[in-house]
Amino acid sequence: MNQSRRRQRKARRRVEAIGYLMSFPYVLHFLVFGAYPLAFAFILIFHRWNIYLPMKWIGLGNIRFLIHDALIWKALWNTFYFVLIHVPSQLVVALAFAALLNRHLRGRTLFRAIYFMPVVVSGVVITILWQQLYAQDTGLLNRALTAIGLPRIPWLTDYRLAMPSIALMATWKNVGLYIVLFLVGLQSIPRSLYEAAALDGASEWKQFWHITLPMLNPTILLVLILSTIGGFSLFVEPYIMTGGGPANSTLSGVLYLYKQAFFFNRMGYAATIGFFWAMMIFVVVLVQRKVVERDVG
Amino acid sequence: MMKRLGLYAALILGAIVFLYPFLWMLSATFKPELELGGFHLIPHRVTWENYRLVFTRIPIIRAFVNSLFVSATATTSVIVFGAMVGYALSRLSFPGREIIFNVILFTMMIPAQLTLIPLYTLIVRLGWADSYQALIVPGMMSGFAILLFRQFFRTIPPSLIEAARLDGCSEWQILFHIVMPLSKPVITTVGILTFMGIWNDLLWPLLVIHDRRLMTMPQVVALFSIGGLAEARVGAQLAAATLLALPIIVAYAFFQRTFIESMATTGLKG
Repeated sequence: MNQSRRRQRKARRRVEAIGYLMSFPYVLHFLVFGAYPLAFAFILIFHRWNIYLPMKWIGLGNIRFLIHDALIWKALWNTFYFVLIHVPSQLVVALAFAALLNRHLRGRTLFRAIYFMPVVVSGVVITILWQQLYAQDTGLLNRALTAIGLPRIPWLTDYRLAMPSIALMATWKNVGLYIVLFLVGLQSIPRSLYEAAALDGASEWKQFWHITLPMLNPTILLVLILSTIGGFSLFVEPYIMTGGGPANSTLSGVLYLYKQAFFFNRMGYAATIGFFWAMMIFVVVLVQRKVVERDVG
Repeated sequence: MMKRLGLYAALILGAIVFLYPFLWMLSATFKPELELGGFHLIPHRVTWENYRLVFTRIPIIRAFVNSLFVSATATTSVIVFGAMVGYALSRLSFPGREIIFNVILFTMMIPAQLTLIPLYTLIVRLGWADSYQALIVPGMMSGFAILLFRQFFRTIPPSLIEAARLDGCSEWQILFHIVMPLSKPVITTVGILTFMGIWNDLLWPLLVIHDRRLMTMPQVVALFSIGGLAEARVGAQLAAATLLALPIIVAYAFFQRTFIESMATTGLKG
């Protein structure tokens, strides 16, 4: 009796040891590449450091600089502008195509696969391609416009249009993912709801407003949050297409952070921008959650 | 009937909007510069000049090998360690297990922008700038992958694992010989997501790699396009972009269903 209990305890110890052994690489990796940078971020914020010379404590200097830095507020405004165009267009287009695809029809998987293709391709490719589509004189979009007698549009060279142009391209690139997410959401709505509504004489449009949309609320929230975070992570598109111009109209937070770190070697200030940006993401996502959840209730 | 027709018209219009730019890009890489403004997809005169320029101006083959090596190594690591930790978290009980689980959830909430610069300075201080380690090591583990494995392993009947234990299998044997062969769906999902993420990433390589011999493919293609090496030749820029897109598009053509289903699981992150 005693012996078997001892054997059990021994077996349990062995399992525990293996559990620790299996988790150890992750814990080590987390400590070095997760926890340490996170903690170091909060040290960097209070320092001036060009990475080569010793760090210099400057207290709230970086934060004070950030508050008075017109460019970071410009970047924040640009991001809001991007999100304001990108997110609604993303939601509408994705939902429309998902609704079209959510029926029995020929070639459904083929259509889905085609719409999804830009999602898997690198943003570098998409941006280089769209740079040509948007080109002032030779671009296909302007060629199409002039062919039907309309004036050229300065897609990337006008400071009022550059960000919307990038938002349009980003919608084209990402909408396939959201179509698929909405399709998953649509398929989880019980058929019986529609059947009951149809018996009550509700039109298809009414069914969409009173059944589909409310039932899709979790998916809408998900798409809202994912595409907003995407907006705050904008980098490749302005980096390749516009370099942040014209007149800083496409400067994004991450691009600004990259420039501060890479061109000016201001590690402390770049880390402060990163911190500020992370805070903004938290706040925006929190607000979205609150608003959408209240709408359901 | 009319409605049906309208439905297909809308879907086909959508397909053209998403497909035509890619086809135009592919055809443009074979067109001489003068033909680029045209909408036609079959070049009137086929030229290899654009590709010649790409291959002579930038180390594209080297970059391809770099990208392949970096993505494959990191992906393998994410799968092996993800499965290990996922197994420990779902099938072995030990004190501290919940802490690790919560740490993973916590790391997934942190925006990457917050740790980007400190991580970069760490790499520099380790002396890893301009090295493969800089590209591989920070991405060797993924909390999201661990959670996917953990979730999947919980669906494997405990009796199967108990039986193997009674037969004298060690936990390692159970994981690698019994559990893993049953886990192809989750391995593919983690594999596709990780590989694509690393293959397509631009920001991290831009920060840590400045030596052209170590650059990844997106980096080389991006610098070719904006750095003046392409001599503003649009066809050549598009040729470089096509070469970058090709491996993923070929893989996608064969496994599009798996790609789509894998990417849809990113929805779970939210």
